[in-house]
Amino acid sequence: MAERPEDLNLPSAVITRIIKEALPEGVNISKEAQSAISCTASVFVLYATSCANNFAMKGKRKTLNASDVLSAMEEMEFQRREQKGKKEASEQKKKDKDKKTDSEEQDRSRDEDNEEDEESLEEEEQNEEEDLDN
Amino acid sequence: MADVAVGKDKCGEQRLVSLPLSRIRVIMKSSPEVSSINQEALVLTAKATELFVQYLATYSYRHGSGKEKKALTYNDLANTAEESDTFQFLADILPKKILASKYLKMLKEKKEEDEDDEGSDDDEAES
Repeated sequence: MAERPEDLNLPSAVITRIIKEALPEGVNISKEAQSAISCTASVFVLYATSCANNFAMKGKRKTLNASDVLSAMEEMEFQRREQKGKKEASEQKKKDKDKKTDSEEQDRSRDEDNEEDEESLEEEEQNEEEDLDN
Repeated sequence: MADVAVGKDKCGEQRLVSLPLSRIRVIMKSSPEVSSINQEALVLTAKATELFVQYLATYSYRHGSGKEKKALTYNDLANTAEESDTFQFLADILPKKILASKYLKMLKEKKEEDEDDEGSDDDEAES
């Protein structure tokens, strides 16, 4: 573990800026929310690292590389999708096959929401907008 | 929207990543079995974290309480952790808030339960 607790947190100024840029203008963020998000970000890094490390170990490598990180993103994504899938599966029993097609499309656009390559960034953000509006 | 995706530094130039890579590296290395990290992997993780922060903030804001639409509060985040599948893994670090009085009451009730259990154990020991 790192030497001091502060080392495990990301600089609050940067986090605040990222949040402010993401939210509409004029929206305030409580200090509590800021520091909570900061902790969350650190947890995210740990979670992603641990997942990526599993992939590296599978490949018998000691160095984490980009593909490990990408696989980890998919893996984290997959677990969420699986949960969502289970939820929807129970809903399916009450609904038509037509509805199932709709929810599959939603799943796909939701997958694209999540953080991956910087290349697919803009596309993702547009999808995120659409999905959140739904 | 492209501006939001790419951070800006003090000079106003666009950078790929706003978060300090050195700090990200420290966090990653605190994970037990990690020996070394490729530079690309580091940048990707940093970028992913930024996107994550943005996503969490916007999601919580939109799904948050209608009353305080001009602010993002801790409760918005806690609600998100509880209700969203995607953010389930955050449920432990974003617990819902309860009044201190209620918590103390819960502690007291638990203590009483434990004492009751001990009481019956003693009886068994004696017999």
